[in-house]
Amino acid sequence: MTEYKLQTPGFDARFPQQNQTKHCYQSYLDYHKCVALKGSDFEPCKVFWHTFQSLCPHDWVENWDDEREKGIFPGDLSIDQFKDKTEEKKE
Amino acid sequence: MYMLNNMLNDVPTPWGMFFQDSATPNMEGMMELHNNVMFYLCMMLGFVSYMLYNMLTTYNHSVLPYKYLYHGQFIEIVWTTFPAMILLIIAFPSFILLYICDEVIAPAMTIKAMGLQWYWKYEYSDFIDDKGETIEFESYMIPEDLLEEGQLRQLDVDSPIVCPVDTHMRFIVTAADVIHDFAMPSLGIKIDAVPGRLNQTSALIQREGVYYGQCSELCGVMHSSMPIKIEAVSLGEFLAWIDEQ
Repeated sequence: MTEYKLQTPGFDARFPQQNQTKHCYQSYLDYHKCVALKGSDFEPCKVFWHTFQSLCPHDWVENWDDEREKGIFPGDLSIDQFKDKTEEKKE
Repeated sequence: MYMLNNMLNDVPTPWGMFFQDSATPNMEGMMELHNNVMFYLCMMLGFVSYMLYNMLTTYNHSVLPYKYLYHGQFIEIVWTTFPAMILLIIAFPSFILLYICDEVIAPAMTIKAMGLQWYWKYEYSDFIDDKGETIEFESYMIPEDLLEEGQLRQLDVDSPIVCPVDTHMRFIVTAADVIHDFAMPSLGIKIDAVPGRLNQTSALIQREGVYYGQCSELCGVMHSSMPIKIEAVSLGEFLAWIDEQ
C-alpha cells in the first residue's frame, strides 16, 4: 500500500464564505501567473496547484486549460506588474 | 420493544416521524435545537389553548376576558415583551448552530460532488497517482429490476462515496446543468448544487455505517432517481479503497 498524506487546502481568510468559487478561480490564476514568472519547477507554485486541484471541478480546469491554449481565456494572467517589482529588488 | 431496539436508523422509513439517527456533531446540534424549540412550542400551545378554553367556557366568571377593560398599559407590556423574549430564546441557539455548521476550519480531505441530470459525479482530487490522475467516478441509482436482496429501492447506487470516519471532510458541491441539492439527513447536510458556483460544507462522521440521501431540489423528470450513498469506513479501510481506485 502506498503512503498517503491526508492534506487539503485549509481555511483561507480571503474566502471565508460558503461560496468557494473565487477560491478555486483565484488559485488557478495564481498558479499560472506563478509558473509564468518562476517556471513550473518552482516549488511554492505547487501550493496554488494543490489548492485549485482540490477545489475546482475537473471539467472547469479542463475548460480553462483549453481556453488558455486557444488564447481566449478571459481571466487576467498578466505578470508585468510583478516582474517590475522583482527586477527592482535585484537592482 | 422500541426501547430495546439498538439499531441506528440511517434510511428513510415508512411513516418516519422523526429524524434519522445522527452521525455527525452537526446533526446532533440540529436535533438538540429541534427539541429545544419544540419545548417552547408545546409550552406556548398549552398556554394559548388554556386561555382560549378558559375564555370560551367561563366567559362571565373569569378575569381573563374582562369585558369592561378597554386599555391596559401593563398587559400590553406583558404581551409584547413576553413573546419577544421567547423568540430571542429560540433565535440565539439557532444562530449559534447556524454559524457553527457553516464553519469549515481544518478539513483533512476534500470530496467534490457534482450534480448532473440525473446522477452524481464525485471527485477525490486530493489523491493523485503517479500518472497525475485523480479519482473520479459517477454514481447512478440501481434501477428497480436490477436490485439485489437487501438493497434499497430508489436509494442504492452502483458506486457510493467512501468516507473515513473521525476525519474532517470538506464537501464541495456544484452542478453542471440545473440546480440540484446534496442532502444527507444523517450527516445534517443539505446544500444546494448550483451550476457555476462551488458551495462548501463539512462533515465529521463519527460512526461507521451506510448513509443515504437524495437530491432535494426539483431538477427534472428523474429528480427522484439520483440518490446519494455514503459508506463510512475506518481510515485504514478508506486508504485501502483509495489504493484500489
